[in-house]
Amino acid sequence: MTEYHMGEFEVAVVGGGHAGIEAALAAARLGANTALFTLTLDGIANMPCNPAIGGTAKGQLVREIDALGGQMGIAADKTTLQSRMLNRGKGPAVHSLRVQSDRAEYRRVMKETLEHQENLRVIQAEITEVRADETGAICGVVTRLGAYYAVKACIICAGTFLNGKIFAGEGCYSAGPDGMLAATGLTESLKSLGVSLRRFKTGTPARVHRRSIDFSRLERQPGEEPVTPFSYLTETPPQNICDCYIAYTNEKTHQVIRDNIHRSPLFSGQIEGIGPRYCPSIEDKVVRFPHKERHQIFVEPCGESTEEMYLQGMSSSLPEDVVLQFLRTIEGFENIQIMRNAYAIEYDCCDPLQLTATLEFKDIPGLYGAGQFNGTSGYEEAAGQGLIAGVNAARKLQGKSPFTLERDEAYIGTLIDDLITKGCNEPYRMMTSRSEFRLLLRHDNADFRLTEKGYEMGLVTEERYRRFRAKKEAFEAERKRVGETVIRPSEALNRMLEEKGTSPISLPVRERELLKRPQLCMADLAPFDPGRPVLSRELEEQIDIDVKYEGYITRQEAAARQLRRLSDMEIPADLDYRQISGLRLEAAEKLSKLRPATIGQASRISGVSPADVSVLIIRLNQLR
Amino acid sequence: MLDTEQTVAAIATPAGTGGIGVVRISGPDALTVADRVFRHKNGKKPSQTPGYTALYGHVYDGDQPLDEVICLVFRGPASFTGEDTAEFSCHGGSYLLSRVLRACLKAGAKPAGPGEFTRRAFLNGKLDLVQAEAVAALIGARGDGAAKAALENREGRLSRTLQAEAEKLTEVAGALAASVDFPEEDLAELSPAEIRERLAAQAERLSRLAETFDQGKALTEGVSTAIIGRPNAGKSTLMNLLSGSNRSIVTEIAGTTRDVVEQTVRLGDALLNLADTAGLRRTADPVERLGVDAAKDRAATAGLILAVFDGSRPFSEEDEEVCRIARGTHAIAIVNKADLPASFDRSVLEGRFDRIVSLSAKEERGLEELQEAVAQTLSLHQLEGGEGIVFSARQYGALVGGVEVLREAVAALDCGVTLDAVSILCEEALNVLLELTGKRASAAIVEEVFRNFCVGK
Repeated sequence: MTEYHMGEFEVAVVGGGHAGIEAALAAARLGANTALFTLTLDGIANMPCNPAIGGTAKGQLVREIDALGGQMGIAADKTTLQSRMLNRGKGPAVHSLRVQSDRAEYRRVMKETLEHQENLRVIQAEITEVRADETGAICGVVTRLGAYYAVKACIICAGTFLNGKIFAGEGCYSAGPDGMLAATGLTESLKSLGVSLRRFKTGTPARVHRRSIDFSRLERQPGEEPVTPFSYLTETPPQNICDCYIAYTNEKTHQVIRDNIHRSPLFSGQIEGIGPRYCPSIEDKVVRFPHKERHQIFVEPCGESTEEMYLQGMSSSLPEDVVLQFLRTIEGFENIQIMRNAYAIEYDCCDPLQLTATLEFKDIPGLYGAGQFNGTSGYEEAAGQGLIAGVNAARKLQGKSPFTLERDEAYIGTLIDDLITKGCNEPYRMMTSRSEFRLLLRHDNADFRLTEKGYEMGLVTEERYRRFRAKKEAFEAERKRVGETVIRPSEALNRMLEEKGTSPISLPVRERELLKRPQLCMADLAPFDPGRPVLSRELEEQIDIDVKYEGYITRQEAAARQLRRLSDMEIPADLDYRQISGLRLEAAEKLSKLRPATIGQASRISGVSPADVSVLIIRLNQLR
Repeated sequence: MLDTEQTVAAIATPAGTGGIGVVRISGPDALTVADRVFRHKNGKKPSQTPGYTALYGHVYDGDQPLDEVICLVFRGPASFTGEDTAEFSCHGGSYLLSRVLRACLKAGAKPAGPGEFTRRAFLNGKLDLVQAEAVAALIGARGDGAAKAALENREGRLSRTLQAEAEKLTEVAGALAASVDFPEEDLAELSPAEIRERLAAQAERLSRLAETFDQGKALTEGVSTAIIGRPNAGKSTLMNLLSGSNRSIVTEIAGTTRDVVEQTVRLGDALLNLADTAGLRRTADPVERLGVDAAKDRAATAGLILAVFDGSRPFSEEDEEVCRIARGTHAIAIVNKADLPASFDRSVLEGRFDRIVSLSAKEERGLEELQEAVAQTLSLHQLEGGEGIVFSARQYGALVGGVEVLREAVAALDCGVTLDAVSILCEEALNVLLELTGKRASAAIVEEVFRNFCVGK
């Protein structure tokens, strides 16, 4: 086929999903001349699985993306159908925001944002080749039709499209998600560049018609008031305009599944890809947990302008007739009508151990990966990586230092560190338990953690930064005031204290001391604190957290400082581990393969012991 | 994990008995830790003392005085490690040194790893390259190769116990993680009361395990053992019998031993750091008096007392004093001179000692019986089965640290602190246990969530 030159860009982003969007916006906003290539313009920002953004740990990711100047939180706020703060009773470290989102609206909003972004071109084309020059650095991309674009960096955000293959019962065909085409050309090109690829799989449940459900038989799950927006820029919080519902499987459902298990491609061994344990199909759950009497199903609206409903918890690769049969055993689903069938999808993704913390391939200068292509799962995980890859692609071209986040700074940092030091053997989903610093990485303080950095790096706008400064100053002032304010004993105060189940006071006490009691919060003390300025609900909550968790926060900060010292120790890229005496062979091999950038990264590689790390540090000191 | 922001402590003199033993504390909080365990005669605090200063006083474990020591204060970078350092020069004897070390660990120091002081010295630029290479080899090496098969066997048991404890804690941490990360799944969650109960029980178990450190010491580093008794009861003869040499001067003149004579001997499984002491009696001789006082001090800090009675003479007031001193310590009564006609009523000793043994030190009879009594008294037999025992200060320090964190978690639950903070504490305790078995907590918890809970979209 004739190849023809179609233009030049600094950064090419391959894929218009959640990773690709943040990557393209970040690169363009930092001034890089950027092109986003997508298989179909109508597929931009698609949510091929849950019509929801956020959730445990994922909500924190969205907040972090927003605090750094990313787009996901803003788009989620504009398209919210229902919002809930999860884990309210379990402590601030694990409060997580989640919204049901109007997926058609979300696509529209994001596409519009991309189209209006300066320095960014959005192009519908399948990239089938990424080309490197004689030095091995990326120099161009080629489309299926033969168009060549000269580029200096390329970010692969291929999602589940790379050699995508769909399984539904005995049916099996090449495709991307949601009836889109698979990307079939790129794999070979990436392999020849030295990218090591493997197969992962994931699945999605059926979508059903709203009118075929008897909602009177289900539990209603309304949104939560007042709604907390994702974006620190959103001034008017979105409204709850839809309900979700909860249904349950029963023994009959499980029997249908067991009777038909032989028709599942997962159990017949047809699927080779490794699926995530946290996202098991319903047949998986029934087989692995035979004693569980029922499984929960969340019935979620896909949008205001559609009757499609999503059945969270019922992902399956069983044939359509079996899915219909077992769904109809469920109370409220007796007459259910399927609009889109459930399926499993298998796809190529890279081994993230080949990446650095900027998400660039160690041995392929200019090539970056983000999102499901890196072995993760989830829109939020993808978006976070996209932002980091986009920022770094642009910075590198501009001769600036890498922009990376530490484990104690952000879930984004934790996610990337896990990927590049531990790798993943199944699609990686963010969880709060993956962060040893979760009391620091809270939903409420993402801006305190990151906005300053985002501003210095150039992604945070003046407007956002101004608001952040104002909030931060208000917080510091109030924090100081609460520490100085004295509350005097009074009948009314002691009555309130006793009602809250805590002891009355007989002497004046500083407000901060009273707030340390787990039973009390800022709101309780408001009537007894006449000098208090008007505070936002958010700020009040932050003061509460600051006081109550001080001890734990200090503890985690101390642990973070330890970590920092290790991550400040950089390892020269050309260090010959085999020449270091005292290093165990296993450790030397692992380290040679992964070539960690810092002692911190090295210490988290499995097979590298604390003794090995000591030896390494000593060696580095000798080199210094 | 390797960390020079932590303050570490260890016995800095070679194992075994010597005239003086040194416990070194090094790190940013070294002097504060020293403040907590050291009491100066006039109330001076190490932290308020300039470098290169010696203070005289006592080391305490809580309210219990352990030893009379010289505390040397060094201020970084002018110290061996280059960090703030306090060194206690103690009265030799590994049992005593280990008590002093434990007091330091309780006061906030972490046990130093092998070669740790040297490594810190290197990192702070106090050692040259050649020296550093040697340290690297030292740290890289696993074990000293000299460990006996029997010890390894016992260590295996300990590590299985730790493994089992870690698994139990992983269950709790996993349940907490599952409930937090999958809040909308209808999981069978552990109630805070159940979590509390489990954590409290575990703290108790680990605390008991930590206490076996004494028994571990008996096997590896020796138990400080004082031989006491009235003059001429045959203490020195017993010492010589046990040590197989004429280390103590044996004469027939009462009061010959005026100082404390030390010797490390193996008696069956047990390693005893024997201290032969002056005979206990009222005396006008000032030199002998000093010896008597030293004997009493020695008995007060001993882990085991061998109280020797003369079986050929009736129970005396001085013997009564011996019984009094032995009270409250593991003690074995030895009725000596079984070769001579008995004029001693053993029944007066009943109930006042862990074991009563008859022997003839002179004719070397009854040694097996004594060996058995020592093993029984130090509970060495129970070590053969059961949960294993703690051998190293590192293991001990880790366990004590773990127990402390677990108790903090229980306290947090008691005053209504939210589960996120409790889960952090659980993870911290788990990290301690896993560090001893070489794993990482966060990975273990995530595994647990997926193994035991049905979660997902």
